[in-house]
Amino acid sequence: MMKRDRTSANHGFWYFMGKLWADRMGRWGLIALAITTFIAVICPIFFPFDPSKVGADAASILTGPSKTHLLGSDELGRDVLRQFFTGARISLFVGIMATVISTIVGSGLGIFAGYYMGRLDGILMRITDFFLVVPALPLMIALGAIFGQNITVIIMVIGFLSWPRTARIVRSQTLSLRQRQFVPRAKSLGSSNLRIIRTHIVPHVMPLIVANTILVVAGCILSEATLSFIGLGDPDRISWGTMLHFSFVSGAIGRGAWWYFLPPGFGILFIVLGFTLVGHSFEKITNPRLGGSE
Amino acid sequence: MSKKLALSIEDLHVTYQLNGASGKNKVARAVDGVDLQVAVGETLALVGESGSGKTSMANAIMRLIDPSAGKIVIDGVDVVPLQGKGLRSMRRNFQMIFQDPFESLDPRQRVIEAVMEPLEIHGIGGSESERREMALAALAQAGLRPAAEIGERFTHQLSGGQRQRVAIASAIILKPALIIADEPVSMLDVSLRAGILRVMADLRDQLGVSYLFITHDLSLAWMFADRIAVIYLGRIVEEASAVDLIANPMHPYTKALVSVIPVPEVTALEDRIILTGEIPSPASIPSGCRFHPRCPLFRELGEPEQCLTQDPVLQIQSNAESHHVACFFSEHNKGNQ
Repeated sequence: MMKRDRTSANHGFWYFMGKLWADRMGRWGLIALAITTFIAVICPIFFPFDPSKVGADAASILTGPSKTHLLGSDELGRDVLRQFFTGARISLFVGIMATVISTIVGSGLGIFAGYYMGRLDGILMRITDFFLVVPALPLMIALGAIFGQNITVIIMVIGFLSWPRTARIVRSQTLSLRQRQFVPRAKSLGSSNLRIIRTHIVPHVMPLIVANTILVVAGCILSEATLSFIGLGDPDRISWGTMLHFSFVSGAIGRGAWWYFLPPGFGILFIVLGFTLVGHSFEKITNPRLGGSE
Repeated sequence: MSKKLALSIEDLHVTYQLNGASGKNKVARAVDGVDLQVAVGETLALVGESGSGKTSMANAIMRLIDPSAGKIVIDGVDVVPLQGKGLRSMRRNFQMIFQDPFESLDPRQRVIEAVMEPLEIHGIGGSESERREMALAALAQAGLRPAAEIGERFTHQLSGGQRQRVAIASAIILKPALIIADEPVSMLDVSLRAGILRVMADLRDQLGVSYLFITHDLSLAWMFADRIAVIYLGRIVEEASAVDLIANPMHPYTKALVSVIPVPEVTALEDRIILTGEIPSPASIPSGCRFHPRCPLFRELGEPEQCLTQDPVLQIQSNAESHHVACFFSEHNKGNQ
C-alpha cells in the first residue's frame, strides 16, 4: 500500500539481511544457515532416504566411506549420507515448528501481561515463573515418554516448554512501551485496548520477538537432538539426534565408525551455531545499546 | 440566560491510593472538589504550578484515569459513568493535545497514518482515499504544508513544532466539542510557540471548538484564554475573565503569581511577591485554608483563626461580575492593588 523508505523506523527484510551481512558474526551465521537450509531443503530431493532399504548381508553393515556409500553405511547397511540429508530436514522442521508454538505462546502472554498489568500480569507471570524454574529436560522426557514417540508430540512438548524466556522479555518491553505517551493518546482517540496492542505495541516489540525467535530455534533444535538421542525421537522420522541415538546404541561409537556419528554431531553444532550467531547479531542491530552499528 | 456549555464539571475529585512506607491507607487528593464550566467556543485556562492537580484533572476529564467522585458533562453527556464501548464512541467529542509531542506520537507511524487513525477508529469516511483526503485537509489546516509531502514522513522525522501540529490535526479531525490542551507549548522552543498558539486560535474561530488550556504560565493564559481559573492543591482558588484576573487579582496566591509575570518596566520588580516554601503534598493538605502556610496575607493579618479552621469556598465577589475567589480576606487585597 505504501512505499517504505530505508531511513525510517520501518525496515524491510532486505535491510536486515544487509545489516546482518555487514556484521561479522551475522555473516558467518547466515552462511551456516544457508548451507544447512540447502542440505535440509534441496539435498533430500535428489538423494532421498528410504529407511526400508537395508543392506543385503552382514558385510554391508557399518562399512566405511566408499564409492557406493560416500559416508559409509549404518548398522542396517543403509546409506549414512542420505540419512544425514533427511535428518537435517527433520531437525530443522521440528526446531522451527516448536519455535512457532513457543513464540506465539510466549509473546502472546508477554504482551497481555505487560499491557494489562495488575492481576492478570500477576497470574500470568507466576505461571511463567513456574515454567521458567521447572527443569525442562526431565519434564520433556517425562512428557515425551507419556505421549509417545511421535514427531507432533515432540514439537508440542518442546514448544510448550520453551516459551517462558520469550514471555519475560516481551513483557518487560511491553511494560515500558505502555508508559509511552502514545498509548494514552491512542486511548483518548477512542482506541480499544486490542487495537492499541495491534497498532502501537506489536510493531514495537516485533524486532525483539524476531531476534528472540532466532535464538529460540537454536534451543529447540538442541532440545530435539537431546530427546532423540536418549531414544524419545520419532523412529520413522530420523533426525540428527535420532542418528546419534542409533549410532550409540548400535555400538558405532565403540567400533570407531566415525562416519556415522560425526556428521550428525557436527551438523547439530553447525546449525545451532548458525542460529545463535544470527540471533545475537540481529539483537545487536535492533538494540543499538548492545553495541551495534546503528 | 444560560449559555450552552461544552464542558461542565461538578465537584470533581481525583484521589490516589498511596502504598508507601508511611502508612497503608494514605490518600492523595490530587483534585479536591472542583467546579468548572466552559461555554461553547470559549477558552478557559487552568493555571497552576506543578503538583497543583491540573494534569490529574486533564487526565480525569479525558477518562484516562477514573475520578473518585463528581460529574464531567461534555456536550450534554456525563462521561463519568460511561465504560467500554459507550465511552470509546463518546471520545470523539473531546480530544486532547498532549504536552510532549516527542512522546505522544508513535515513531513507527507515518504522519498521515497518525492523522487517519482517529477516523479509522470511529469508522468515519467511506473509504481509505476519502479518509486520506480528510487527513490531508486537517494537516493543511494545522499549518503543515505541503500536506501530501509531510504526510508521507514518519513522525520521528519531524521537528517538535511540526509534531505538535500533527497532534493538533489528529485532534481536530474528529470535530470535537472540546479540546483539552495540556501544556501544549511548554516542550517547544519559544520561537515556535506563537505559531502553535495561532493555529489553535484560528481553529477556535473556524470550528467553534472550546479549549481547556492547561498551563503553568499565567502570561500565556492571559494571552490565549477568555477566562482563567487558578488551581492550588486540587482546588480552584480564583476564577475570572482573563483581563479581570490579571488586572485585579484578589486571592493572595493569584496576586503572587501575577506579580511575577515578566514586564518590561524595571520598576515593577519592587512589587514582586515571592512565595516561600513548596506546594504541600496532596497527601497532607493543610487544615483550614489550604494556602495558609504560604500565604503572605495570612501573616500580614496576624494569622487569623478563621484561616486555620475553616475551608474557604469559591464565592462570587460582590463588586466584580463573575469574579470568584476562595479567600476570607480577599477584600483586603483589593485595597493593596
